[in-house]
Amino acid sequence: MRRNPTLRMLGVLLLLSLPLLLAGCSSALLDPKGQIGEEQRTLILTAFGLMQIVVVPVIVMTLLFAWRYRRSNRDATYAPDWAHSNKIEAVVWFIPMVIIAFLAVLTWYTSHSLDPHKSIVPNEDQQEPMEIQAVSLDWKWLFIYPEQGIATVNEVAFPEDTPVRFRVSSGSVMNAFFIPRLGSQIYAMAGMDNDVHLVADEPGVYDGRSTNYSGAGFSEMTFKAHVGTQEDFEAWVDKVRESSDSLNFPEEYYALAAPSRDNEIQYFSEVSPSLYEKILQSFHAGGNHAEHMAAVTGDGHGGGHGSDSESHGESMSAEAAE
Amino acid sequence: MLGKLSLEAIPYHEPIIMVVAIAIAIGGAFVVGALTYFKKWKWLWTEWLTSVDHKKLGIMYFIVALVMLIRGFADAIMMRTQLAMAAGGAEGYLPPHHYDQIFTAHGVIMIFFVAMPMVIGLMNLVVPLQIGARDVAFPFMNNLSFWLFAAGVILVNISLVVGEFAQTGWLAYAPLSGIDYSPGVGVDYWIWALQISGIGTTLTGINFFVTILKMRTKGMTLFRMPIFTWTSLCANILIIASFPILTATIALLTLDRYLGMHFFTNDFGGNMMMYVNLIWAWGHPEVYILILPAFGVFSEVIATFARKRLFGYGTMVWATVAITFLSFIVWLHHFFTMGAGANVNAFFGIATMIIAIPTGVKIFNWLFTMYRGRLEFTSPVLWTLGFIITFTLGGMTGVMLALPAANFVLHNSLFVIAHFHNVIIGGVVFGMLAGLTFWFPKAFGFKLDEKWGKRSFWCWIIGFYVAFMPLYVLSFFGAVRRMQSYENGDWQSWMIIAWVGAVIILCGIACTVIQFIVSIRDRKKNQDVTGDPWDGRTLEWSTSSPAPFYNFAHLPEVNDIDDFWDQKQRNGGKAPLSKPPYQDIHMPKDTWEGPLIGLFATIAGFALVWHIWWLAIVGGVATFAVFMARVFREDVDYYVPAAEVERIEREHQQRVEMQA
Repeated sequence: MRRNPTLRMLGVLLLLSLPLLLAGCSSALLDPKGQIGEEQRTLILTAFGLMQIVVVPVIVMTLLFAWRYRRSNRDATYAPDWAHSNKIEAVVWFIPMVIIAFLAVLTWYTSHSLDPHKSIVPNEDQQEPMEIQAVSLDWKWLFIYPEQGIATVNEVAFPEDTPVRFRVSSGSVMNAFFIPRLGSQIYAMAGMDNDVHLVADEPGVYDGRSTNYSGAGFSEMTFKAHVGTQEDFEAWVDKVRESSDSLNFPEEYYALAAPSRDNEIQYFSEVSPSLYEKILQSFHAGGNHAEHMAAVTGDGHGGGHGSDSESHGESMSAEAAE
Repeated sequence: MLGKLSLEAIPYHEPIIMVVAIAIAIGGAFVVGALTYFKKWKWLWTEWLTSVDHKKLGIMYFIVALVMLIRGFADAIMMRTQLAMAAGGAEGYLPPHHYDQIFTAHGVIMIFFVAMPMVIGLMNLVVPLQIGARDVAFPFMNNLSFWLFAAGVILVNISLVVGEFAQTGWLAYAPLSGIDYSPGVGVDYWIWALQISGIGTTLTGINFFVTILKMRTKGMTLFRMPIFTWTSLCANILIIASFPILTATIALLTLDRYLGMHFFTNDFGGNMMMYVNLIWAWGHPEVYILILPAFGVFSEVIATFARKRLFGYGTMVWATVAITFLSFIVWLHHFFTMGAGANVNAFFGIATMIIAIPTGVKIFNWLFTMYRGRLEFTSPVLWTLGFIITFTLGGMTGVMLALPAANFVLHNSLFVIAHFHNVIIGGVVFGMLAGLTFWFPKAFGFKLDEKWGKRSFWCWIIGFYVAFMPLYVLSFFGAVRRMQSYENGDWQSWMIIAWVGAVIILCGIACTVIQFIVSIRDRKKNQDVTGDPWDGRTLEWSTSSPAPFYNFAHLPEVNDIDDFWDQKQRNGGKAPLSKPPYQDIHMPKDTWEGPLIGLFATIAGFALVWHIWWLAIVGGVATFAVFMARVFREDVDYYVPAAEVERIEREHQQRVEMQA
C-alpha cells in the first residue's frame, strides 16, 4: 500500500504537536489551583473559541482566494472593476460587530466578577478570609502577617480553601505580585496600597514571582507559596515564630530593604506593629524614606541599581548626616 | 571640564562590546576610505546630505533603518541565546547589567530607529508622488527632520562604546528610570536620543499633514486619494497629536533627573502612575502610526497585483479613520494590573476590542480585492498574504489581552512579547518589506531580485512562527518578559526552539542583503524603463523611474480613484507621455543648515548626557544660530528652466521608444 507523502507529513506534524497538548496539562494557566484562576482559564478559552469564528474563515479564505484567483487560472472569473457590494460589506461589518458585542458583554461581566479588589465571599466549604501583606523590595518579597505578628522573605504560606486578601505595595520601584496557578496579578507601587484576592483549592507548593521588571535582581525575585491544611499553616507559623530575628521599623526594615540579589528565605518572629502602614507612609508627606535608606546602606537608596552610583551616593549620605 | 566623562566610561573589559566597536571602526574607516579614494565626498554632500528631495530623504531613512535593523537584530539574537542557555540556575553569558541594556536597546532601536524610519522613509518616497506634488510642503523642514532623527541614532550608537545604555525597558518606567534607581548615564542617553529624534518626528508629522491637505494636484479630492496616502494622513495626525505627549513626558523625567524635581519619584508627591499613563497615551497611538501606513502598503500591493480595484474603498477609509480615533482611548489596556476599578478596566477593554471591528473589515476588504482578481504571486504579494494570516492571529491574541480579567494572568508574560511581535513583524515589518520591494523601482529605476525576495519572505515567516509560538506556550507556564535567567529547566527546550526561529529570521535578513547585492549586479536586466513596472494604478507610476527631481513635468489632473489606471485603459493600455510645451518649474534649493543643526544637536545631546555644561551651551547656541541663519536666508528656491525639463523628459521618452 502506497502512502500519500502529504498525508505522512501531516501525520508527522500531528505527532509533533502532541507535546503541545500534553504540555497543557502541566501548564500553570491551563491547570489552575484556585477559583480565580479557573474562571480566568474558562474566560481565555471562551474568548479563544469565539474568535475562531472569524480567524478560521479568514485563513481559509486567504489561501482559497489567493489560489483560485491566481493569474494563471484563466477559468476563474475576472471582474477588474467590481469593487463594491452592499451585501458583502454588511456581512463583514456585521459579523465582527456581533462577536465583539458578545465579547464586550463578557468583558463587562468578568471585569467586575474577577476584579482583583473584590473580596471573595467564602462558601460553606471555605474558611474565613485572612490578610497577608506583600511588599516588593530590591530584589525580594517581604510578606507580613498582621494577625500573626510575623514576617517572612521569599516564602509565603496560607491554608487551602481560605480566601486571602493580599495587600500589595513596594518599598522600591514598581513590581507586580503574581502566583500563576492561583490567578490575577497586581502591581506593587511605593506608597500605594493595592490588593488582590486569591484562594487556593488544593494543597501544594506554587511558584510566585514579580512579573514587572525592576532592575538587576529581577529574574531571581521569586518566591514559593506553600498551601496546606489549617494545621500545616499553624505549624508553619510556629516555625517562623521560632526564629530569633525581628523586623523593626525603621532600622531593621531598611537594612533588609538594601538591594540584594537571589535573597534566601528569611523568617521574622517579631515585627513592628503596623509595619505595612509605616512602609506606605514612609513615601508620603515629604517622606523620610530616602534619608533612612541612605543612613542604613551608606549609599543612595538605589545604591545597588546602577554601575556608577558613587557620586550620587555621597551626596545622599551627606544629606543624611545633617 | 568633561563632566562625568572619563576614560573609565569606555567598557574595555566587555569583550563583546569591544569586538563590535572594532568592527564598527573598521567598517567606518572602509567607508571613509572609499569616499576619499573615489573622491565622492562632494557628491555625498551636495547630492544626498544637503538634499531636500523627498525621494532622496526617503532613501536615506531606509538605509539608516536597515543598518539599525541589523544592530537591533544582533540584540535580539543575543537575548535569545542568553535565554537558551540560562536555565535552571545557570547564569548564561550575559550578566543582568549587560542583558538589561540589550533588551532596552532592542526595543528602543526596533521601534524608534527601524520601524519609524521605514514608515517615514516610505511616506517620503511615495506620498508626494501619489498626490501629484513636486515636493513636500516644507522641504527644508523635511531635511531637518531627517537630521534630528539621525542625531538620535548617533547618540544611541555612541552609548554602545561610551558609557552605557538604559537598563529600564524601552519605555523607561519611573521610578526605575529616576536618578535614585538609575544613577548612571544610560537613561540620559535614552532621554536625549528620543527627545531629539522625537522632535524630528513631530516636524515630519506636521510636514506631511500639511502636504497631504494642501499640495494635492488638481482634481485629487480627499476621497480620490490612494489608500497609502490616506493611511499616511491618519498616521501623521496621530504623530501630531501624540508625539508632544512623549516630548513633555521625557521633559518631566529630565527635570526629575537633572534638577531634582519629583514628578515621578516615589516620595515628595511624585507619582509613577502618572508616568505610566502619559507614556502609554503616546505609546499606544505610536503603534498605530506604524501599522496604518503598512495597511496602506498592503492595499496598494493587493489591488495592483490582483489587477483589480480595491474592494470597498470608502469602507477602507472610514475604517482607517475609526482606528485613528479609537487608538487614543485605549492606552490603559497596557496596565490593567495597576489596579484601576472594574468600570475603568471594562471601558478600556471594550474600547480596545472595538478596534478589532474596523481592522477585521479591512482584512475582509483585502480578501475581496483578491476575489475575482488575477493575482500574481510576486514577493510583495507573498508578504501581503503572510501578513493577512499572521496579523489575524496577532489580532486574536490582542483581543485576548484586551479582556481585563484574562489580562490579569497574561500581562507582563511572554504572551505579550509573542503578541506584539506577532503584529509588528507580521504587520509592520512585512508591510515595509513589501513596500520596499514594490516602490524600489520608482526610487532606483530597477526592480529587486524576485528569487531572493521570496527566499527572504519564507525565512521570515517560518522563522517568525518558530521563534514566537514557543513564547505563547511558555507564557502559560508562567514565564515572564525581561528575565535574564530562570529556575525552571522545563522551559529550556522551548527557549531553544525560539532561538532556532531567530536564526531562521537571520537567514531572512541575509537573503535581503543578498537580494540587494544581486539586484544591483543585475540592474541592467531588471531595468524599469517605462516607470510603470507593475502596471500600477496610482500617479507615482505615471512618471519615469527613478522619478525626476521635479516629479512631474506637468502636474497631473485626476478625475477618479485609480485615475492613472483609467488613463492607461483609455490609451490602449499604455501610459501617456508628457508633451511640450513645458514650463519653468519652481523648486526648493538644497540646505546645509539641516545637517549642521543635526551635528550641533548631537553634540549638545552628548554634552547633556555627560553633564559637560559648557559644551551643551555651545551646542545649543550653535543649533539656534544655524536655525536663525536659515530663517533669514532668502535664496531658498529657484526655477528649473523649461528647456532643461524638456531635455530630461525627451531622454525618458527616447528610452521608452527604444525599448518598444
